Amino acid sequence: MSWDVIADNFARFLDGAQLTLLLTVIALGIAFTLSIVLALLRDSPRWWLRHMIGAYTLVFRGTPLLIQLFLIYYGLAQFEMLRQSFVWPWLSSPLICVLIAFVLNTTAYTTEIFAGGLRHLPPGEIEAARAYGMSPWTQARRILLPAMLTRSLSLYGNETIMMLHATSLASTVTLMEITGVARNITLNYYIQFEPYVTAGALYLLLTFVLVGAFRFAEWRWAAYLQPRRG
Amino acid sequence: MLSDYIATVLGAGWISLQLAFISLVLAVVLGLLGALCKRSGSRVLRFMVGVYTTVVRGVPDLVLMLLIFYSFPALLNQWFESMGSMYTVEFSPFVAGCATLGLIFGAYMTETFRGALQGIPHGQVEAAYAYGLGRVRTFRSIVLPQMIRLALPGFTNNWLVLVKATALVSLLGLQDIMFRARGAAEATGKPFTFYLLAGGFYLAITVLSLGVLVWVGRRYSMGVKELSR
Repeated sequence: MSWDVIADNFARFLDGAQLTLLLTVIALGIAFTLSIVLALLRDSPRWWLRHMIGAYTLVFRGTPLLIQLFLIYYGLAQFEMLRQSFVWPWLSSPLICVLIAFVLNTTAYTTEIFAGGLRHLPPGEIEAARAYGMSPWTQARRILLPAMLTRSLSLYGNETIMMLHATSLASTVTLMEITGVARNITLNYYIQFEPYVTAGALYLLLTFVLVGAFRFAEWRWAAYLQPRRG
Repeated sequence: MLSDYIATVLGAGWISLQLAFISLVLAVVLGLLGALCKRSGSRVLRFMVGVYTTVVRGVPDLVLMLLIFYSFPALLNQWFESMGSMYTVEFSPFVAGCATLGLIFGAYMTETFRGALQGIPHGQVEAAYAYGLGRVRTFRSIVLPQMIRLALPGFTNNWLVLVKATALVSLLGLQDIMFRARGAAEATGKPFTFYLLAGGFYLAITVLSLGVLVWVGRRYSMGVKELSR
């Protein structure tokens, strides 16, 4: 066993963990905002809007993230017009491509989760809000958003864990997050066991932290949805 | 010329499907065993299954795949070497892929099946025993049909995620649709076309599976719908 290699390179693993967290937080942050808007429009009375959002979530939830990532990172180079344009320096950076793929993917899942939370809202609550004379904006802010977010909290927790795990795919386009670091060390030192075990343990640790955070959030904000005890 | 590439890429879809089906069978077996262990009286069994589902669901698919494809054989070989044996193990990407996906989705299936088992009133099993039905017969005729109905939504979800997860095995070098798409992309200089083609294949499987599973769901909930009306 050569755990001393891991000890020597532990700083690199920490850098990797930092990038993993950075990717997760940025992707989730952007996706959260987008999903709230899309979820509110998901059951809009305008049929074309409803169908467009439905088609978007179906396509991005129905294909592997790896393909979406490769389509953006490798695929876009096929279009000469894009390569000549001013956006190319951004689109040829692996970091930007990974973030675009992650945001598009997790937004599709999160939109459906939030829209599902909204569908379980008793119609009486919206009717009551209207009866009080709330404007659509106030209704969204006071009634729809809190209900949507608390009702979908546990599913959203799962989605954030999925996103954390999905960041491991960033290693396939040269990014040095936890998995990338582990792969790099296996190649440099010819050891196959220790680096991947370390990577797995780091992910497990991060997952536990997330699970704990969402347990707390559910206890704090969604407790009113639980059946009463005693 | 381009159509030849398209045929090769789509032809490899069969490998992806084989991988998905074998992994699914493994996952269902593991899931059933896991769910039965979690419901059993033995604390040791419950604890062990708990550790299994927690660890497997706490580590990314890709990392688990690398662990099984690279780390596990390396560990075995080190062990063989210390025993003074010349024997070395190596997994093929297909075997490692099936093992990993089976293990991962076995953990998800355990949770799905456990939830389904919980939804069946225990009185029904007691009644079956009281009528003199054996353990196997009770499971087959009383528990299983209801479990299928209750587990179907979770099962559908797990299957859809499993199909998409097979794309990862291309990273180990399995010549599946994703691997061939990559080859065709590099050979023709048309990466967008071929990754889109592969994406279309997965999307078609997803839509098809949803259709089939909605039909199965209708079939298994026939009795229930009539009762609730």
